[in-house]
Amino acid sequence: MIRKTRVLVAATAVLALGLTTACGGSKDDSSSTTSAAKPEFNGALSKIYNPSDKKGGTIKLANSGDWDTLDPGETYYGYSWNFLRLYGRSLLTFKTQPGDAGNELTPDLAEGLGVPTDGGKTWTYKIRSGIKYEDGTVIKSADVKYAVLRSIDKETFPNGPAYFEQFLNLPAGYKGPYKSKGVNTDSAITTPDDTTIVFHLKQAFGGFDYLAQLPQTVPVPEAKDTGANYKQHVVSSGPYMFDQNNLGKNFSLKRNPSWDQATDPIRKALPDRYEVSLNVNADDIDNRLLSGDLDLDVVGTGVQPAALGRVVGDPAIKAQSDNPILSRLWYTSINGTVAPLDNADCRKAIEYAADRTGYQTAYGGPLAGGDIATTILPPTIPGYQKFDLYPAGADNTGDVAKAKEALTACGQPNGFSTNIAYRAERPKEKATAESLQQSLAKVGIKLTLKPYPQGDYFSQYAGNPPYVKNNKIGLATNGWGADWADGFGFLSQIVDSRVIRETGGSSNTSVRDPEVDKMLDTAIAETDAAKREAQWSPIDKKVMEDAYILPGVYAKSLLIRPKKLSNVFISQAYSMYDYASLGVA
Amino acid sequence: MITYIIRRLFAAVLLLFIVSAAVFAIFYLVPRLVGATPETLATRYVGRAATPETVNLIAHKLGFYDPVWMQYGRWVKAIFVGADYDAGAGVEHCPAPCFGYSFITHQPVWPDLLDRIPVTLSLAVGAAILWVIFGVSTGVISALRRGSVLDRSSMGLSLAGVSLPIFFTGLLGLTFFSYRLGWTASGGSYVPFTENPGEWFYDLLLPWIVLAFQFSAQYARLTRAGMLETMGEDYIRTARAKGLRERNVTVNHGLRAALTPLLTIFGLDFGLLVGGAVLTEQVFSLPGLGKYAIDAITNNDLPKVLGVTMVAAFFVVIANLVVDLLYAVVDPRVRVGT
Repeated sequence: MIRKTRVLVAATAVLALGLTTACGGSKDDSSSTTSAAKPEFNGALSKIYNPSDKKGGTIKLANSGDWDTLDPGETYYGYSWNFLRLYGRSLLTFKTQPGDAGNELTPDLAEGLGVPTDGGKTWTYKIRSGIKYEDGTVIKSADVKYAVLRSIDKETFPNGPAYFEQFLNLPAGYKGPYKSKGVNTDSAITTPDDTTIVFHLKQAFGGFDYLAQLPQTVPVPEAKDTGANYKQHVVSSGPYMFDQNNLGKNFSLKRNPSWDQATDPIRKALPDRYEVSLNVNADDIDNRLLSGDLDLDVVGTGVQPAALGRVVGDPAIKAQSDNPILSRLWYTSINGTVAPLDNADCRKAIEYAADRTGYQTAYGGPLAGGDIATTILPPTIPGYQKFDLYPAGADNTGDVAKAKEALTACGQPNGFSTNIAYRAERPKEKATAESLQQSLAKVGIKLTLKPYPQGDYFSQYAGNPPYVKNNKIGLATNGWGADWADGFGFLSQIVDSRVIRETGGSSNTSVRDPEVDKMLDTAIAETDAAKREAQWSPIDKKVMEDAYILPGVYAKSLLIRPKKLSNVFISQAYSMYDYASLGVA
Repeated sequence: MITYIIRRLFAAVLLLFIVSAAVFAIFYLVPRLVGATPETLATRYVGRAATPETVNLIAHKLGFYDPVWMQYGRWVKAIFVGADYDAGAGVEHCPAPCFGYSFITHQPVWPDLLDRIPVTLSLAVGAAILWVIFGVSTGVISALRRGSVLDRSSMGLSLAGVSLPIFFTGLLGLTFFSYRLGWTASGGSYVPFTENPGEWFYDLLLPWIVLAFQFSAQYARLTRAGMLETMGEDYIRTARAKGLRERNVTVNHGLRAALTPLLTIFGLDFGLLVGGAVLTEQVFSLPGLGKYAIDAITNNDLPKVLGVTMVAAFFVVIANLVVDLLYAVVDPRVRVGT
C-alpha cells in the first residue's frame, strides 16, 4: 500500500513538472520575434513598426465571423474597407501613413482629389489612364459610374451605405441598372470621356471626396457583373486578385499580374499571398496571434476578455500590443420627449451627476474600454476641440452639488424617476446602466433598468419615438462609430433631428434642435476643408449645451501586433492596422 | 423487417414536415404575439443605413407580407420542384431539393448543407469510434478490476471528462498541443478526406480526442455499471462452470447483455452529434453543421435554420432507426416490428 502511494505521489509530481514546463514556454515564445524591431507597447501606434521593402511571403488573417461581403458595392464594415484596397481601387483612398496623415484623402484610381463646381453640387474626377482589371481590360470611367449605380439597388444590396442615393441627383424612382435598365442617369453621373467622371448632386456637399473613397466607387465591369453573386468572384483592380473563394469558410488572394506599380503610388504590394480564414473561434484567434501562428485578427476591434488579462498582466505580451483610439463614442442618449427630461436643466443634472469613471470601468477601463469623453466628437475627427461643459469633479465620479442645483432649477429638487434602456446582449451596456443607476441615485434620480434585444433596439424600442414616450425611456445607452473620420460622418446620423423617424430605426434617439440642423447644413455645404472642419466643434458644443447626449468613453481597442510582419502601423482612418501596407518580415 | 424499415422511414418524413412547420410557426407567429410586423422583421436583414423604402423592399422580397401558410407552402414546393431567385443581374434557378436562399448571404442553403455534412460526419464518426472503444473497454476493465487503482483512476478521469466543458478542454488542448507543442493542427484546420486523407486525419485528431474524452466518460460508467450487474448473474457462473474461457464469458455473455442501454444512449448521442456538434465545431472552428446552426440562429436566418434543423432531425431519426435494428442483433429476444 505504502509502495503504491509512493508511486502515485511520484507520478503526480512528474505530471505537475511536465505541465509547468509546458506552461513556462511556447514553441514560439512571446519575447522572441522574427522581426528586427524591438517590441514595445504602442510601437505601431503613430509610427511604422519594423519598416521593410522585402517582398514575398504569405500573410494569414482570420475573422471570428463571416465576411460581411467581398462585393465593394455592398460592404459596410471598416475592416472590409481596409482590406478591400488589396483587390480594389476606389477613386480616392486614405493615405497609407501612420499618424494624422492616415486620415487624409489621397487619389487612388483618380489622378487627384475631386474638383467642385457649382457651389459644391458638381464634383469632377480624372481617372488615371492605363489601369487594368485582372484580365487586362482597361478600366474606364463608365465602370466607376456602373459600380456606383449598381450599389443603389437596395433590393439586391440591402446592406451597403446609402450616401449616393442620398446625394446624387438620380432620376425619380431609379432602382439601379438591373431593374431600371436603359434609364438615362446623366442627371446624376456623366462620363464625358473614358477618363473623366462627373457627379451631380441634389444639394451642395463639401465633403463629397469622402464619398469618392467609398468602396462603391471601385470599378465593376458590367459584362462580368453577376449581381448578388458578384462577391463569389470580384474582378480585381488592385495589386491582388482572388485565388480561391469558399464563401463562409476561407479565401485567398494572389498577385494580380495586370497591376502596375507605376500607376500606384500608395501600395507597395510586398507579400505574395493573403490567406483569410472565416468563422474562427475568437478566443482561438487570440491564442494563435500570441503564439505567432496567425498574423492578424482581420476584424481589428481588439482582443477578447480572456486574452485581455494576459496582455495587461504580462509586460512581454503587452509590448506586443497597440492601443489605438477609435472614431467611436459610447454614450447615453437623454430623451427630451420623456418628462421631466423635456426641461434642459433636468438633463444637465444627469450630465453633472454621472460617474464618468464608472462609465469607463463599465467599458473595460482605460486600456480596453477607452478614455473618458467630455465631447461628442472623438479626438480622431479633424476639427475636434476639447471642452468639458459638465466637469464631474476631481475624480470624475460626478459633481453632486452642481447636479442638485440643476435639479432645483428644473423644479425637481428631490430628483425624479425614469427608465434606462440598454441592449440585453451587451454586458458593457448593462454595466453602464448599473453605474448610472448608482451615481444618479446620489442626487435622487431613480433609474429602472430596461433591457431590450439588440436586433430590434433601434427599430422597436429605444429608437422608436412612440415606444420611448409611452414607456418613459428617459435614457438609452448608445454608441456610434463614424463611417469615416470626418465631422459629417460622425455627427450627421446622431445629432440631425431629421433622421429621426416615427417608425423608428435611427441611431439618433434624442437630439432635436433645429438650430443644430441648420449648423449641420451649413457645414455640409462648405467646400473648403479647413472651414468645414472648423464648424464641427461648435455643433458638438451646441448639442452638449442642449444636454441631449451624455458622452461616456472615446472607444479604444487593444490589438495584438503581428509578430512576423513588416510595415505595421495603425491607420487612423480605420483605427486598426493598415492592411494595404504590410509585408512579411 | 423491410416493412418495418419502410414504415419507419415514412414516419420520419412525416416527422420532418411537422418539425419544419413548427420552426416556421416559431419564426413567424411568435414575434407577431409581441407586435412584430413584416417591416420590423425585415430590419434584421438590411444594413444600418436602410431607409423605410429599403426595409419595405426586403420585406416584400423575403415574402413577409404573404400569409405564413403560403410562405410554408412555397418552401415545401421548392424542395420538390426547385425555385427561382432574383439575384439582381439575372434570375437564378435553384434546383430541387431547394431549401431556399439565406436571408443574409443570399446564397442557396442546400449546397452549404451538403458541404458541411461531411465535416460534421467526420467529426462525429471519428469521435464515436474513439469514445466507444475507450469508453467501453475502460468500463469493462474497471468492472473486472473493481476497487483497484485502475478502476478508481479511470472513474476519476471519467468524472473529469463528463464535468469539464468542451470549450475548456478544447481551448486548452489547442493551446498546449497545437500552439505550444505543435503536435496537432491549429483551430480552423480542415481538409476534406477526398482531398488529402492524411491531413484530414491530422486536422481532426485533437477534436476527436477532446470530444471522445467527454463522451467516453459516460460510456465507461454505464459499461462498468452494466457489467457489474451482469457479471453477478447466475448464467455467468454457469458459463464459467461449463469451462468457457474468461474472455469469452466477459465479452460474449457479460458485455453483450450490458450493451442494450449503451446502444440506446449511443443512438441518441450520435444522432444529436451529427445534427450539429455545436460547441466542438465552435471551439475548433470546424465548418460543420453545428457552426452553421449557430450562425443561422444568431442572424435569425430562417432558411438556414430550417435547413440545418431538417438535416439534424433526419440524422436523429436515422440513428434511432439503426439502433432499433441493432437491438435485434444484440438481443435475440427482441423482434423488430413487434
